[in-house]
Amino acid sequence: MLQEESDLSLIIAQIVQKLKGSNLYSQLERQAWASLQRPEIKLESLKEDIKEFFKISGWEKKLQNAVYSELSVFPLPSHPAAPPEHLKEPLVYMRKAQGSWEKRILKSLNSMCTELSIPLARKRPVGEQKELLNKWNEMGTDEPDLSLFRPVYAPKDFLEVLINLRNPNYENGDSLSFRTHLGLIQVPLKVKDIPELKECFVELGLNIGQLGIDDSTQVPPELFENEHVRIGQKVLSEQDSAAAQQYIRQGSPTALRAELWALILNISSQPEDVLYYEQLKTNVIQHDLLVDSLIYKDVKLTASNDDYYFVFEDYLYQVLLCFSRDTSVLSHFAFNSASPPKSYIRGKLGLEEYAVFYPPNGVIPFHGFSMYVAPLCFLYHEPSKLYQIFREMYVRFFFRLHSISSHPSGIVSLCLLFETLLQTYLPQLFYHLREIGAQPLRISFKWMVRAFSGYLATDQLLLLWDRILGYNSLEILAVLAAAVFAFRAVNLMEVTSLAAAEAVLADLSTLKVMPLLQIFLFATVT
Amino acid sequence: MSRVLVPCHVKGTVALQVGDVWTSQGRPGVLVIDVTFPCVTPFEGITFKNYYTAAGIRVCQHTSAHTPAKWVTCLWDCLMPDPHSEEGAQEYILCDMARISELHLILQQPSPLWLSFTVEELQIYQQGPKSPSMIFPKWLSHPMPCEQPALLHEGLPDPSRVSSEVQQMWALTEMIRASHTSARIGHFDVDGCYDLNLLSYT
Repeated sequence: MLQEESDLSLIIAQIVQKLKGSNLYSQLERQAWASLQRPEIKLESLKEDIKEFFKISGWEKKLQNAVYSELSVFPLPSHPAAPPEHLKEPLVYMRKAQGSWEKRILKSLNSMCTELSIPLARKRPVGEQKELLNKWNEMGTDEPDLSLFRPVYAPKDFLEVLINLRNPNYENGDSLSFRTHLGLIQVPLKVKDIPELKECFVELGLNIGQLGIDDSTQVPPELFENEHVRIGQKVLSEQDSAAAQQYIRQGSPTALRAELWALILNISSQPEDVLYYEQLKTNVIQHDLLVDSLIYKDVKLTASNDDYYFVFEDYLYQVLLCFSRDTSVLSHFAFNSASPPKSYIRGKLGLEEYAVFYPPNGVIPFHGFSMYVAPLCFLYHEPSKLYQIFREMYVRFFFRLHSISSHPSGIVSLCLLFETLLQTYLPQLFYHLREIGAQPLRISFKWMVRAFSGYLATDQLLLLWDRILGYNSLEILAVLAAAVFAFRAVNLMEVTSLAAAEAVLADLSTLKVMPLLQIFLFATVT
Repeated sequence: MSRVLVPCHVKGTVALQVGDVWTSQGRPGVLVIDVTFPCVTPFEGITFKNYYTAAGIRVCQHTSAHTPAKWVTCLWDCLMPDPHSEEGAQEYILCDMARISELHLILQQPSPLWLSFTVEELQIYQQGPKSPSMIFPKWLSHPMPCEQPALLHEGLPDPSRVSSEVQQMWALTEMIRASHTSARIGHFDVDGCYDLNLLSYT
């Protein structure tokens, strides 16, 4: 069909345009030039011979991986008349809601700035720069006075905004009718039901081997685990991103996980990437940002207090401080409903040539933000690689957890999916909790916003994040949240208050993620 | 290929209801939008922004010059896959057709959840002429006849080699000019200065 063909050529043109600016492009060019020396390259069939050479030497695979990565991240090109805001978020009322939420955050940051009389950004004097450089690897030992700083917002503030989200064109009658949503989210987004989820997550089925279930000590490794590890090694040797993504749906062996994630996210540590990270480090040394104090405060409040992650405190500073200076993150705002905050150089208010983004990457951290990085520290110990992996995870997945959008992996859809699953498959529990004033989303929201980081045991968390990468979607977080409620349903039916319900669900560290998901999706009588 | 807009007049929406009595409580589920054209021109497509319409569009198509024009339906049922949820509710739609002379938009929204529905930013277009081919500089397409080069001093480089290298460089500069990338340059400051005012709200 003509429309599909023109769509395809548009997509190809877009990907080519994006890849032209990348390292891979110049490397391919260099390789092509160098290959001219080779005897098998003949002038008459130059194009075919070079293509053949690329295939044999593995460069074609690298290009395939890069294209696959672009397809996974970037949304399809939209209608020619659609304005750029439409690509960020198609629904107008959600864009407006995101805009007002952002304004609140900016006001909060500005008032913190004026109250504490601390500038948003400050160039460090040379002495301070030297000092910071010397203790770069042990910033955790620093104990600055952060008592006056408070996080800009916490997940529960964000939840209140989502609860008040309304579509002006939707019948929001006061009286209860078939159209009222019984949960907290009142917008009618399309979410999957269990039959659709079963189709989507077919590799988690009862008759398919899983790491997290079929590698437990009672199961002999010859049944599944050994073969799965062998296949994983083969996938890694082939260096194929798409195959790795398919493979990891059944979980990743611990020894292969770091490489598999890097392959799926298409991260290969080149010298240029290390250099880029060093450049970001220099930016941190030269300028001190108010956002840095927020990061310090967040790490001290969350990761440092966590039994599993406190050892990685220094790594967290090294990653998050550099993350704030990274302008390449700004490109993801093309498909993020959020927009980066803007400011002007002092004295040049309103002049566009002096407009800058603050912080340079446009992302203002909130309470718990550092927990997105902490689990990755178990996998990667080299700071620039850890940094790259985190950045890629953020621009693919994590940004959707704290911005208002209608995307199926956006936090609004995840909340609605969770509530709908609970209402449909555990109606008694849902009704009971609602009656005692303990709306389930109030408890599960914080789990989903943090992608369960800090709530599950780390090995279980990594198995969960394997599936996020494998399915390129965050819907599994909502399914797991519902599965946790289903698991503790008996206890929850006995509670009589929100506080008691919270207490039942306070400790998730003993839970095994994969059996819960499997039972909820495939073994619950519907 | 370019699209040329065709001027048209979009009449107001008319709701269809059963019976004579207009009830304010019942919301109509079918709307008709009439589009008239000041001059009769066949057009090839329409583009619009959906606003909570689930299905519809009917066009009158001339299949050939001799057969009488007949009404055909296009774009039925695919604007919103689920009329009760937001998917596709505010999407931009492009619909290519062949040789249409008249247009009736019949919009349906069977779900009672929405307060109103319509289509916005309706535009009709014809296929425009193909973009003009690149104009080559005259001296490329009409090279001068070869002149016998004068004998030069031996220390100077070979003119044919120099000219081929210059040609390659010209081709390179043309390529670089044509292929601008979307890669960013990493500075967040302005000339080394990042001393900021407060954050701005606009």
